[in-house]
Amino acid sequence: MTTLDFIATYGPLLLSGLFATLRICFFASLIAIPLGLVVALLLRSRRAALRWIARAYVEVMRGTPILVVLFLLYYGGPSFGLVLEAEPVGILGLGLYGAGYFAEILRAGLQSIAQGQIEAARMLGIPAAHILWRIQLPQMLRLVVPPSINQIIVLIKESAALSIITVPELTKIGAQIANETFAVIQPYLAVALLYWLLIEILAALGHWLERKVRHA
Amino acid sequence: MREKVAEGRMRVSREASMLDLLVKYAPDFFHGMLVTIFVSGSAILLGTVPALALAFGLMSKHPMVRYAANLYRSFWRGTPILVQLLVVFYLLPVIGISVPPMLAAILALALNTTAFQAEIYRAGLQAIPYGQIEAARMLGIGTRHVRWRILVPQTIRLVLPAIVSEIVIIIKNSSLVSVIAVTELTRVSQQMASNSFRPLESYLAAGVIYLLICLLVSVAGLAVENRLRRQGAVSL
Repeated sequence: MTTLDFIATYGPLLLSGLFATLRICFFASLIAIPLGLVVALLLRSRRAALRWIARAYVEVMRGTPILVVLFLLYYGGPSFGLVLEAEPVGILGLGLYGAGYFAEILRAGLQSIAQGQIEAARMLGIPAAHILWRIQLPQMLRLVVPPSINQIIVLIKESAALSIITVPELTKIGAQIANETFAVIQPYLAVALLYWLLIEILAALGHWLERKVRHA
Repeated sequence: MREKVAEGRMRVSREASMLDLLVKYAPDFFHGMLVTIFVSGSAILLGTVPALALAFGLMSKHPMVRYAANLYRSFWRGTPILVQLLVVFYLLPVIGISVPPMLAAILALALNTTAFQAEIYRAGLQAIPYGQIEAARMLGIGTRHVRWRILVPQTIRLVLPAIVSEIVIIIKNSSLVSVIAVTELTRVSQQMASNSFRPLESYLAAGVIYLLICLLVSVAGLAVENRLRRQGAVSL
């Protein structure tokens, strides 16, 4: 099979895999970023127990391979009542895993804001939620956007592990094509090129966004 | 698979307690742990010198060298390790090199970490004041000497924290090697899960061991960092 034939036959399938990967990473980020923010706030809590729990969460997620997290949720999940299809499990696993990393990024962001501002806001009687949304988060953006884009790129790369729990994303599609055609090089190289393209585009987007936030 | 687990659990659960299972599989887990450490350790070490070369390539005066170095870094940092692993594993036989899975695994991880380590070294090298290099040149010290005796030793101290987190990342990613049938920690836990019908306990055990290895690496990194800092203080 020539490369052109290969693209004509399997191109659409590979593209659908690419979109599945994008969809999965989008939903995983929707879990990872808010949960990461909660963990970041707990990391700065006044209560030692809460700080300790948050720290343990971060260390566990940063010290365990995504594949083990996925196996635990997918094959071990039924033992504690979590019975879901592969894709939701994958999204959940990737989200929980990513939250550990986003927590550290957002903690650094929260720390960068002068304590005096928060004290002043409290003195003025501004509610805590308002302080977070209107004072802390907007100022954090500049510091937080570049590593966050980087973390989303890492999540996209880690999402390849979802293929191992049979989620039909890009890598899994590549493996299926390899099984069908007995040609291993073309499918996996095509998959690699698609990831590469996606991540280069995201990185470029990140640079653009970084410049934009810096001037804002 | 999961239905089978539920069925099997009912048959097995009364026969073997968790403790018995862990005792039974402890030697396998220990062996898997050693393979995990061996594979990731080899990859990190194999990647170090090429990474330094690549770092100098990234900062080269020649545009072609810079371009090639950038392309390498971009590809290996822009694709998932799992895909890299599969490409290396299947590509080697096609170009006539037949290697056992473990060697293919080490090679793929080494090629990957080369790109990440190069980026770390580049950042470290660029953090060293240019005046030092100029001063060394003025004193007639050759380029190679400037690199290996002046830049590299200082860079190592600067980049140590980043290298430690790269080691942790490689240890974690070495779990993906289980897909090409290397019997490392994750693979052992998969075998235990399918033999004992206790996936939760099996993968928890693997997770705890990974966590311990990674914590140990982080603690060791901090210790080395402190030591280097003290030595640095003395030599200054």
